[in-house]
Amino acid sequence: MKNHFSIKKLLFAGLIIAGISALSTGCGGGGQNGSESGVLGGDVASRVYVKPGTYDEFYAFISGGFSGQISVYGLPSGRLFKVIPVFSVDAEKGYGFNEETKPMLNTSYGFIPWDDSHHPELSQTDGQTDGRWVFINGNNTPRVARIDLTTFETVEIIEIPNSGGNHSSPFTTENTEYVVAGTRFGVPYPQKDVPIDSYAENFKGALTFISVNPEDGDMDIAFQILLPAFDYDLAHSGKGASHGWTFFSSYNTEQKNTLLEVAASQNDKDFIAAINWKKAEEYIKAGNFKEFPARYANNEYSDETHTATSTMKDKVKVLIPSECPGLVYFLPTPKSPHGVDVDPTGEYIVGNGKLSADLTVHSFSKMLKAIENEAYETVIDGIPVLKYEDVVAGVVKKPGLGPLHTEFDGKGNAYTSFFISSEVVKWKLGTWEVLDRGKCFYSIGHLCIPGGDSKKPDGKYLIAMNKITKDRYLPTGPELTQSAQLFDISGDKMELLLDFPTIGEPHYAQAIPASRIVDKVKKIYPIEENKHPYAAKGEKETKVTRNGKEVHVYMTMIRSHFAPDNIEGIKVGDKVYFHVTNLEQDWDTPHGFAMNGARNAEILIMPGQTETLVWEPQREGVFPFYCTDFCSALHQEMQGYVRVSAANANTPLKWKLGEEEVQ
Amino acid sequence: MKSLPRILMVLAVLALLTLFVFPMWKIVLYAPQYPDGVEMHIWINKIGGETKSTIQNINILNHYVGMKKIEPDAIKELKYFPYIIMVMAALGLLAAVVNRKGFYLTWVILMAALAIAGFYDFYLWEYDYGHTLDPHAPMQFEDASFQPPLIGRKEIINFTAVSLPHISGYFAGLSMVLATSAWWFKRKIGR
Repeated sequence: MKNHFSIKKLLFAGLIIAGISALSTGCGGGGQNGSESGVLGGDVASRVYVKPGTYDEFYAFISGGFSGQISVYGLPSGRLFKVIPVFSVDAEKGYGFNEETKPMLNTSYGFIPWDDSHHPELSQTDGQTDGRWVFINGNNTPRVARIDLTTFETVEIIEIPNSGGNHSSPFTTENTEYVVAGTRFGVPYPQKDVPIDSYAENFKGALTFISVNPEDGDMDIAFQILLPAFDYDLAHSGKGASHGWTFFSSYNTEQKNTLLEVAASQNDKDFIAAINWKKAEEYIKAGNFKEFPARYANNEYSDETHTATSTMKDKVKVLIPSECPGLVYFLPTPKSPHGVDVDPTGEYIVGNGKLSADLTVHSFSKMLKAIENEAYETVIDGIPVLKYEDVVAGVVKKPGLGPLHTEFDGKGNAYTSFFISSEVVKWKLGTWEVLDRGKCFYSIGHLCIPGGDSKKPDGKYLIAMNKITKDRYLPTGPELTQSAQLFDISGDKMELLLDFPTIGEPHYAQAIPASRIVDKVKKIYPIEENKHPYAAKGEKETKVTRNGKEVHVYMTMIRSHFAPDNIEGIKVGDKVYFHVTNLEQDWDTPHGFAMNGARNAEILIMPGQTETLVWEPQREGVFPFYCTDFCSALHQEMQGYVRVSAANANTPLKWKLGEEEVQ
Repeated sequence: MKSLPRILMVLAVLALLTLFVFPMWKIVLYAPQYPDGVEMHIWINKIGGETKSTIQNINILNHYVGMKKIEPDAIKELKYFPYIIMVMAALGLLAAVVNRKGFYLTWVILMAALAIAGFYDFYLWEYDYGHTLDPHAPMQFEDASFQPPLIGRKEIINFTAVSLPHISGYFAGLSMVLATSAWWFKRKIGR
């Protein structure tokens, strides 16, 4: 595969283009963005130009926010490759509509077709992104999903019990021992019917550690830690020296339950909760936990049966800080911190106090010393609050307004997003001086540097994710796209290279050198490994069976026909299961299946896979089905018919392909 | 020096036996949709490809123009060729034991005759495969030949077919060179 392009050639071409455009411009056009591109606009274009037929250098996984999905982009081109359905049904792919994937969206509340997906997090090995999985949280009905990066499919979803709004999630530890979840909304623990005003007395905030099996990625809730009912906003785990700790930011330490925009903004300092999870493991091992009733679903998809199963679990291990000394400490941090970000060395913990004029950075080593000296400001519910002066490493003075999130380039620099002043600010760790500013258009939330929250950042680019785009793109009515902006951060100054629209709301993204994924990508599902109970692994295995009103069609597809493609003997009132196996074993040969009048969706079946679409015919007649994915020169011929007779008719069940009747 | 012809002959037999370890020939089909090519491998005893599904993929492509399915089980040559090679290997070892120039030469000539017969058979097979077309095929091309090249490159409608020896094919060639040099040296050394 050609995935490199000659940078020199491109630069040369770019300079010529720049020269031409410098000569020919001077006339207006595109008034809004003149300031940041300048006369060398063509040169900038060449740096995001990925020649047709060549690969991007990075994969970027950008969250879909209220779309509930993850979208996969290439960097630096900003080209969209795939939208991976995660928490929301996707009629295009049949996700959540076919029988196989419905269990993925099962919860303790039943089937839920939507969620709000916020933070993609790549798995790590030794603190470096390893390209095995990407995790993402469901914010509304608390869940964490795992996507397999060999298939780019969601393979597991676990619900977080006794939690309300899973926002501080799913940030990983340095070897993906755990991904975490933390409730953004205090809730009664466990849930019960109490007056809302009894918040301070009855409500709690649970932080959840989800273990990840290093072999197959299988997730399980290892334990929860019961904290006061603050709003736990974001998290990051330590690395290097601070490996073994996870930090959660919090706001609403006022513990208010109404008009939070005022009531939760009163305290000068809120807290970063420092969790010693190695200590937690010791307490669990020693049996020093309580078991609480819980109801949560754990859904897993198998690449062999091509089917998901949903298991309901009913209890969870809980650690109570007052009974587990040394487990949790609070670090006072001004003011309603959003992101809590640990630098690549593991020493600095950046508290992005979103209502603060300054940016506070804590020191891990000073924190350990303060803990050793037992120098506590106070103790809340058995949790020691360390003294601000004892833990603070430094303060970035007046860097901007509304700091939200910080990532690192691995060269001693930090980059923080400022929502209110719409900018990315580059500053130096240790000296706390501001080095550079990059404008965002407009209202940046999170930002992303490839590997920027890991021990070994891959640097080079930064993506700013913006909430508001106003005049940046051709308008599309009241609803406008949100956007990502690509900066080159390889030099001293940030350079804005590209603006590109995103799917849904890009809350956060993670990016990884493509080389860590490309060679592991699966091209087909081997048909001999297909263990779907209704698979027909060859045309000879196709058949139609009836059991009362339930009809099962074992169907195959291969260029360019279905087998069988004529079916008779179906009756009004039947429930027809089309189990369709794609017999292809070549890369990029999916087939689709769509049934006239089916009240669900199409199914899109990858080579070697079996999927099931249910159809409940309502009327007598002869109804066509066809392939929806343009598969071959004879794609238009890839079609068939089902004859539907009256409920009391005696039409015999029969089926065929070509002139040979299969039955 | 005295045992050189024998050593060469044994090496020739070993080179010949690689036919059981590696494919001897390959036909690669290139098209815009197949930038890396679809690579079919011909072994002494089977037909395969770069992936497990290569034959299925080729058969799917070929069915549009009505070419016959490649069904390795139905190709009788794949059944008896291995025995011929085993006999030749045994004769080769016998030649090394007997160590006479006439025996070496006979082996080389026999081998060359077999190779020519093999190529002729391959040509017939390709001809049959490229010309026996289903009259009901979805796509009909007047005067089109789908016969792959015996060796080299040929354009077949939207495909470029390249036919070349593969690993053990080269080794089989080497085997003949080695046996020829066994004869050559034996002749030079004399008795």
